[in-house]
Amino acid sequence: MLRIEKLHKYYKTGDAALRGVSLTVCSGEIIGLIGPSGAGKSTLIRCVNRLVEPTSGRIFLGDTEVTSLAGSALRHARRRIAMIFQEYALIERLTVMENVLSGRLGYTGFWSSWFRRFPQTDIRRAFALLQRVDLTEHVDKRADALSGGQRQRVGIARALAQEPELLLIDEPTASLDPKTSRQVMRLLTELCREGHLAAIVNIHDVALAQMFLPRIVGLRAGEIVYDGPADGLSPEVLTTIYGEEDWTQGTAKDEEEDDFDALGAHQPSDLEVAAQYP
Amino acid sequence: MTTATQSVSPPQSLAHGWHRPRLIEPTWARWAVAFGIVAYLTLAFASVDVNWARVSDGLARAGRLFEGFLTPNFTARWSDIQQGMIESLTMTVTATVAGVALAIPFGLGAARNLAPWWLYGICRAVIAVSRALHEIIVAIFFVAMFGFGPFAGFLTLSLSTIGFLSKLLADDIEEIDPAQVEAIRATGAGFCQVIDFAVASQVIPRLVGLTAYKVDINFRESSVIGIVGAGGIGATLNTALDRYEFESAAAILLIIITIVMACEYASGAIRKRFA
Repeated sequence: MLRIEKLHKYYKTGDAALRGVSLTVCSGEIIGLIGPSGAGKSTLIRCVNRLVEPTSGRIFLGDTEVTSLAGSALRHARRRIAMIFQEYALIERLTVMENVLSGRLGYTGFWSSWFRRFPQTDIRRAFALLQRVDLTEHVDKRADALSGGQRQRVGIARALAQEPELLLIDEPTASLDPKTSRQVMRLLTELCREGHLAAIVNIHDVALAQMFLPRIVGLRAGEIVYDGPADGLSPEVLTTIYGEEDWTQGTAKDEEEDDFDALGAHQPSDLEVAAQYP
Repeated sequence: MTTATQSVSPPQSLAHGWHRPRLIEPTWARWAVAFGIVAYLTLAFASVDVNWARVSDGLARAGRLFEGFLTPNFTARWSDIQQGMIESLTMTVTATVAGVALAIPFGLGAARNLAPWWLYGICRAVIAVSRALHEIIVAIFFVAMFGFGPFAGFLTLSLSTIGFLSKLLADDIEEIDPAQVEAIRATGAGFCQVIDFAVASQVIPRLVGLTAYKVDINFRESSVIGIVGAGGIGATLNTALDRYEFESAAAILLIIITIVMACEYASGAIRKRFA
């Protein structure tokens, strides 16, 4: 479904972000991409939809060689690949509905989108998606009035509005609290199963990755150092991915505490939200 | 906690006290600069030639001016005032609309995160040129080119609106959240759709606020450039002052103040709607 061949990316500064990454994702398969910060995870998924230009190597989406496309052909390929972001990347000042409908921009002419006259089928589908992610009563709220978990669900609805074949998911839970993180991961895996979507999930939280993602790919300094089942992540494997650390010490209690430390500053409490939008 | 943090000895500066790092470190240089500034200011003030006889004459005239203010006369020159006011308002509105319409494309072109380098260079150059000269100088040129009247004023204010708005718009676009742009590009949207959803939605509140502010500025400018012949209420005001008709002049100034204040309240209300 997705085939990446010997992908290299060197930034202008001379930093090598990817050194010969080859990876195949089958249709309907969900993989977790783990690795230390700066290992090239974000760069890798951004090369797939060409938000980042790879230096060399080839990427095939089905039979289409994404790396050779330009102009409208590239935009047509991008419609088949949806992306979900860590900080949600919603259009803050637009309504929830406009955000979801923006997933249809690749199928909509400029003037129709300018006047927000989307086809009736798109609107019906958007309503259905908002119901699926449980946001029906927030349709006309501005995106910046929602909580972190709600915003991430808008991001998911926007991605699914594209009717993609492949989801690129960049740190979906890094800004969420532990409970919301699990709910979001559960929702994502369910949706992928329902729609038979392939997905690449960049994720920092190894425990969460193991819980929800059957296949894990470990990236270190731009190279794949592990590709296998989630339960194959032994302390030795984690050491090859992340470097030396006492991996056996991670008790359940420690993880809980880590999760609470990670509870994002990006998540306004209901009180704060109420104060901003009286 | 590691043991390293506990065994750190007190830093050396503790023994010496502390002062804020100084702007100019050597003491003699600090004193030299201070002395230089004082000496220059003393000489500069000494060179300002004050003619006290003229000051007292001026104060007498100022008295008459203020008397005029207390008894503004709206009726004596009402038809002139009315015509000048209509001209000024027309100039303000048309020049702002034309200026904004042109400022938006120039602003987009002058934003480094949207435009290729060559377009960026061209647009920034246009902006720099239209900002380089003061409105009065530009108005003198346009009056020389197209003759007296509000057309010269319209061109002047349009040009200054382009310079003002496209620069501030471009700076604002350069500071938008790039993640939103990335997200819209990732959906397969075209360039214009990216501008509409990801860029416009982020910069419109500021664009609206700046436009309302520029209406206000343009109205005030329109009353100034009238003095050099570019039409509007400024021409009427100039005539009134030349004829020592301080009561009419006072009436004109009061109208200008009222309109500027009305603009101020209106722009505040508009900005609140678009926040």
